[in-house]
Amino acid sequence: MFIFKVWLISIFCSQVEPTATVLDIKSKCLRDEEILQTLPVGTTASFYFRDLGPQLTWGTVFLTECVGPLVIYLMFYFHLPFIYSPKYDFTSSKHWVVHLACICHSFHYIKRILETMFVHRISHGTMPLKNIFKNCGYYWCSAAWMAYYINHPLYTTPYYGQMQVNTGLYVSLFCQIGNFSIHVALRNLKPPGSKVKKIPYPTKNPFTWIFWLVSCPNYTYEVGSWIGFTVMTQCVPVAFFTLVAFIQMTVWARGKHCSYVKEFRDYPTLRSSILPFIL
Amino acid sequence: CLHRLDQWFSNGAGMDDPAAPLPTSPSCHEEDGTVEEKENNNKKRTKGAVATAWLTFYNIAMTAGWLVLAMAMMRFYIQKGTHKGLYRSIARTLKFFQTFALLEVGHCALGIVRTSVIVTGVQVCSRIFMVWFVTNSIRQIQNEESVILFLVVWTMTEITRYSYYTFNLLHHLPYFIKWARYNLFIVLYPLGVAGELLTIYAALPFVRRSGMYSMRLPNKYNVSFDYYYCLIVFMLSYIPLFPQLFFHMLRQRRRVLHGEVIVEKDD
Repeated sequence: MFIFKVWLISIFCSQVEPTATVLDIKSKCLRDEEILQTLPVGTTASFYFRDLGPQLTWGTVFLTECVGPLVIYLMFYFHLPFIYSPKYDFTSSKHWVVHLACICHSFHYIKRILETMFVHRISHGTMPLKNIFKNCGYYWCSAAWMAYYINHPLYTTPYYGQMQVNTGLYVSLFCQIGNFSIHVALRNLKPPGSKVKKIPYPTKNPFTWIFWLVSCPNYTYEVGSWIGFTVMTQCVPVAFFTLVAFIQMTVWARGKHCSYVKEFRDYPTLRSSILPFIL
Repeated sequence: CLHRLDQWFSNGAGMDDPAAPLPTSPSCHEEDGTVEEKENNNKKRTKGAVATAWLTFYNIAMTAGWLVLAMAMMRFYIQKGTHKGLYRSIARTLKFFQTFALLEVGHCALGIVRTSVIVTGVQVCSRIFMVWFVTNSIRQIQNEESVILFLVVWTMTEITRYSYYTFNLLHHLPYFIKWARYNLFIVLYPLGVAGELLTIYAALPFVRRSGMYSMRLPNKYNVSFDYYYCLIVFMLSYIPLFPQLFFHMLRQRRRVLHGEVIVEKDD
């Protein structure tokens, strides 16, 4: 279902040339909750509309992003035809770590789907149509690339054997639980429908104590779980995916951190954006 | 911070104009107070002067370098009468000056040149790839005519481009350089692309036979890489990228030479 949405831009009359186009106006957009009567304008005001183009709800985009990798990985795991050599069709891997990796990967995306359906509350309701192609393309192709090598008949198990696999597994699991705890804590921060922004603080849950040191611990835990998965599978494509995810999440975390700092005068100074004391 | 991030991910919307250096980006914490503001302005002015001086030096050096290359190529052809062995004779100079162009990505990233990092990055990376990973590594194609084609095109383009930037920074731009920069590309750009694609196409059989830069399963990194298919993907990537860069230059041309205002789509 496409949603057509416009942004309302209001500026003082004196600031705009009579022949200016919408693209020339660089002022901020009005928020949804603002009431026209309370706006700081004189007797007349000009309203400029900008068409955002076709939009999709963030829920639709997130769900499509997550269902894809789940299905694609399982296609490679079960050795469906036309992927590997025909003699391996519908066979099962003899390495235990391959089965473990499938469980971990699927658990990660199932958790994400459930969170999208029941836990998350995002402030802006929609995103542009282009995003779904960009995001899905990236997630689906990365999942296919990783799954191809992990489930390959010629897969080589990790160099340090069971110890490496166990370490990766425990780190990954720990961070997944941590990530979930943070999402729940952020959801409980404000009642449903409220648009008031609040600073998140540590709760009784030990996984949220990282809030003392970091502004966006959900990203920290996410990176941690992918690092655990990389160590567990010892696979370069997974490491590459983790690196790209880290870079993207650092960008998001820094933006979030900056907006927190700008919004709240008394924001705790000990906190970094994503890595404690480093970033 | 968001302003910096915005520029990092912007695509092709930047203006190709290395004129006045920009002030440094705003940080998370805003400073106020007139004394601090004046200090900031002074710092910005010094940074601007240093940046301009560096850019002027860089552009003069690159113009000189590509002129040296052009003359070496002409001298070789006049003396030997053939293009065989020409690449070998200028290989070192070419590699040096083309690799030096990596600094341009740094200029965009630091904000002292107002172009998108991604556009510059793509252009410089494709050049580096051609020089180091195609002509340098695959010796059998070094005497191909397509190599000479793209070398000649690159030399003419770069001399025009860097002298344009130099004169721009010195605020004394002769019209013929501006004309050359914004008109010659119409012929040179497609010719250069043709030369590059023909070279890679000629290199494919040698790559296949030697299996260079490739890695097969099984290995402890659980990854495989086939340079042959990588080259094919690289060639295919010209299909979406070349029109974008070409039309970007055409838009610049209309704006600079004819003063037309093009309303670009706001992403």
